[in-house]
Amino acid sequence: MKKSILAAAGATALAAALGGPVLADPPFDPKDPKFAAYISGDKRSGYTFAEPETRGMQDDDFTNPGFLWVEKGQKLWSKADGSANKACQDCHGKAEDNMKGVGASYPRYDVRAQKVVNLEQRINMCRVDHMGAPEWKYESDPLLSMTTFVRHQSKGMPVTVQVDGPAAPYFEAGRRFYYERRGLNDLACKHCHEDLWGMHMRTELLSQGQANGFPTYRLKWQKLGSLHRRLAGCNEEIRAEPYPLGSPEYTNLELFLAWRAQGLTVETPAVRK
Amino acid sequence: MPTPRVKIPGTAAKGEVFEIKATIDHDMESGQRKNKEGKPIPRKIINKFVVTYAGNEVFSADWHGAISANPYISFFLTATESGPIELKWMDDDGSVYTAGGAITVS
Repeated sequence: MKKSILAAAGATALAAALGGPVLADPPFDPKDPKFAAYISGDKRSGYTFAEPETRGMQDDDFTNPGFLWVEKGQKLWSKADGSANKACQDCHGKAEDNMKGVGASYPRYDVRAQKVVNLEQRINMCRVDHMGAPEWKYESDPLLSMTTFVRHQSKGMPVTVQVDGPAAPYFEAGRRFYYERRGLNDLACKHCHEDLWGMHMRTELLSQGQANGFPTYRLKWQKLGSLHRRLAGCNEEIRAEPYPLGSPEYTNLELFLAWRAQGLTVETPAVRK
Repeated sequence: MPTPRVKIPGTAAKGEVFEIKATIDHDMESGQRKNKEGKPIPRKIINKFVVTYAGNEVFSADWHGAISANPYISFFLTATESGPIELKWMDDDGSVYTAGGAITVS
């Protein structure tokens, strides 16, 4: 008897929970001035999908843990390395002046490499060709730090990439990747991030998947990570075989994503869930 | 080598309550994880955080598992005298990471 009363009470509670206001994600008002810098036309930075606490972490340069990597990158900028015993600053001078806007224009076609390279690959080219130093491993701490430091110099500047001319075939390959179904779940990037953004996948609010904040400090990772790491994670989630980090497939996709984010500003280092 | 970041106001009025913010990059390896060979990765976390102000210990905290990586802490002190403020993070492996600054109290 007692049991059935409890069961009935449970059912009422459940009905109340279903009928009552659903505990939603932070209400989003596109006219809210605090989002103005993170919206461009129909494009919405991942910032506008984040919880207020996460946005708060990003807003304050001190609480933003991504700045630990910015500072590490700053130290590396002036540290001589390799057989040429040169540091980045020996050629490039002050990063605050000379690296401004550079990060916002990558990935880009590199004439010497004769392919599209992203910022990580460009930094490694510099290390090998001009410093006589070994490449930094993709996703290693020094490469992440330097990439974050350089891209941070473009913070607030709109993402602008060249997708015509010699970059066109790479851009096309990136676009194909984006619209191609893959994995056991048979999903393409566009299904979540173009058709269904703003809706929920289980408890998760789907964002537009804009890449303007990378490298990003991700709370789930408890560290800063590259866009390619995120892409590999995305591929695993749809049960597709991820490509290696730094692979041409992901670099092409990165170019397409950068084109897609044009107009939004660089947020590096962003903080995301 | 973990690098701390610290924010201490340079000046304060006597009796004023001021805030110190501090963070450090550290993996805070919990000791619960296993490596690729299935062997446990030994615990390596910062287990104690101590602050001295003009030579006196004014704040300390014992940290245990479940403190996040790259821990951030903020706390308040009352300005009593001018002097150095030193922050120390003590690691499981015995290393001590220090950072700090000085405050002028008028």
